[in-house]
Amino acid sequence: MRALLVRDLKLAFRAGGGFGLGLAFFLIVTVLVPFSVGPQSDLLSTIAPGVLWLGALLACLLSLDRLLALDWEDGTLDLLATAPLPLEAAVSVKALAHWLTTGLPLVLAAPVLGVLLSLPGPGYLWLVVSLALGTPALSVVGTFGAALTVGLKRGGLLLSLLVLPLYVPTLIFGAEVARRGAAGMELATPLLMLAGITLGTAALLPFASAAVLRVNLR
Amino acid sequence: MMLRVQDLAIARGGLPVLDNLSFALEPGQALILRGPNGIGKTTLLRTLAGLQPPLHGLIEGADERVAYAAHSDGLKPTLTVTENLQFWARIFGAGTIDAALEAYDLHGLAERPAGSLSAGQKRRLGLARLLVTGRPIWILDEPTVSLDTSAVAMFAGAVRDHLKRGGSALIATHIDLGLDAEVLDLAPFRATLPALDDFDGAFT
Amino acid sequence: MSLWEYANPKKFLTTSERVLPYVWAVSLACIAVGLVWGFFFTPDDYRQGSTVKIIYLHVPAALMAINGWLMMLVASLIWVVRRHHVSALAARAAAPVGATMTVIALVTGAIWGQPMWGTWWAWDPRLTSFLILFLFYLGYMALWEAIDNPDTAADLTSVLCLVGSVFAILSRYAVNFWNQGLHQGASVMRAAAITGSDTEEKVSNVFFVPLMVCIVGFVLLFIALVLYRTGTEIRSRRIRALMARERAGA
Repeated sequence: MRALLVRDLKLAFRAGGGFGLGLAFFLIVTVLVPFSVGPQSDLLSTIAPGVLWLGALLACLLSLDRLLALDWEDGTLDLLATAPLPLEAAVSVKALAHWLTTGLPLVLAAPVLGVLLSLPGPGYLWLVVSLALGTPALSVVGTFGAALTVGLKRGGLLLSLLVLPLYVPTLIFGAEVARRGAAGMELATPLLMLAGITLGTAALLPFASAAVLRVNLR
Repeated sequence: MMLRVQDLAIARGGLPVLDNLSFALEPGQALILRGPNGIGKTTLLRTLAGLQPPLHGLIEGADERVAYAAHSDGLKPTLTVTENLQFWARIFGAGTIDAALEAYDLHGLAERPAGSLSAGQKRRLGLARLLVTGRPIWILDEPTVSLDTSAVAMFAGAVRDHLKRGGSALIATHIDLGLDAEVLDLAPFRATLPALDDFDGAFT
Repeated sequence: MSLWEYANPKKFLTTSERVLPYVWAVSLACIAVGLVWGFFFTPDDYRQGSTVKIIYLHVPAALMAINGWLMMLVASLIWVVRRHHVSALAARAAAPVGATMTVIALVTGAIWGQPMWGTWWAWDPRLTSFLILFLFYLGYMALWEAIDNPDTAADLTSVLCLVGSVFAILSRYAVNFWNQGLHQGASVMRAAAITGSDTEEKVSNVFFVPLMVCIVGFVLLFIALVLYRTGTEIRSRRIRALMARERAGA
């Protein structure tokens, strides 16, 4: 399992791996928001937690179609399916690698972008906490979507259509934590729900992902 | 333990292609699959590798013992030859990659990224992967594509060594590898479609 | 005789063709009677006036939107466990019907909401949930359309339906929570409750009986449409299989 993780990280960091694309997308979306809603800082600070969460979600979504498609094209998935490593473990590792190369940088970049949107002082901590807790769920759910659409020629758009509704609960609770954090309100309930969704999806969804991947490899 | 196939029927795209296929593959034995294009060689090999379920029939002794190689070798262009091989060695939990590099004369290319190799060199690297899996049964789909004569000889040598060590190989190929191997012609096992008067017959 | 006999495509077709005319007739009769009764022979609500009468379309459509998804879930499970093709095709046939019911529920909800709340759309938890349900229907149908091999498509959509169901329930709770968090004012919520499960308690028998007639009509309409569309799917599947045979030179 570690070999697969190390390989995926190496591939992401080497030239052409696409590492950093999600981050750049996140930056651009955040920069575009004030252009579209106006520069009033009180308005921006109200919508900042939601905008940052949405930006992070879209940046995650953007990189999903590469998650399994490359391994599908060059036959790696066929070979992995015949390897001793269970496919469930393989998709979990791929989701983890996706989070480390896409989700984690977004979490770390979010406070910097928060400054651009005049996020209120207490919001920074909870923005980072909510993203750190929620983005793994985005990667795991995204892996499921990527596994569903891996064999399709124009899978990218379909992937978004399938994955976005599945992102709704994570987005609602994640953005709620960030918003309540920024407003200094009590936030234990959404925080627990967010953690529950992440743990639940990480525990159960790899089985569904591996099942659909096996169907797609037939 | 040998690989045994009994009364196997397989389908491609919902249509049965092969039926009533039975054969056995002993340790130390190689079997060459022959048959016209579209007869279902690739489908048969994928079924034996466990990538797709058979329509019916029995496959014994294939579970977790098969190393499969087809048209694409799962090579990553940005990883070096060594890194590519080492990855598969670790995934299969087998030993070192030195013997594999040796067998296919890859030592000189060891630090080159796989993306910079020629088609034949890539293919050699893909076949070298079989050696690091440590699996006893090799299932190979047209393994000699884009190999030159000397590389084909390397491959035949590797298969011979594998057989000597008690391994076995099932190879779909059209060229003569100079192996002491039996030939299995698939043409007699072509599936006949069920009669049309049955509604369900045309349904699957 | 076992119920599974109807999983045989031929048996299914002959039986459903025999039953369908009656289902159509009863369903359309129920809807006609229920709507006429509801629209013209019930008094106006003391608070909502005549706008309340859209309930005769809104509630049955909303019910069938949810039950349609449930039916797809059951059919998908049957396909996964027992591999009956008819079951997978029935799930496929039900999706557009369910999606249409969802759209009807959303549109009638908006038409009802306009005079009641003064707005066509409010991010009320119930409305939002139906919007999300509609997105799930869209994704499910798109996945069916995108995949060539019918067995692969049946497998993948079944898993999507299963996973989607779990996430749909999660979304329902999330949306409930989310709106509470946003709007402190409960005036919208109270108005929305009219559409909800406590409708039956609030609405007196005068409204209730025609509503039940309409619901029965919509249930039968759904069954008729799904049976009919499943028959179409079975035939189109057979044509595909025959064409594949022809290409294979048989």
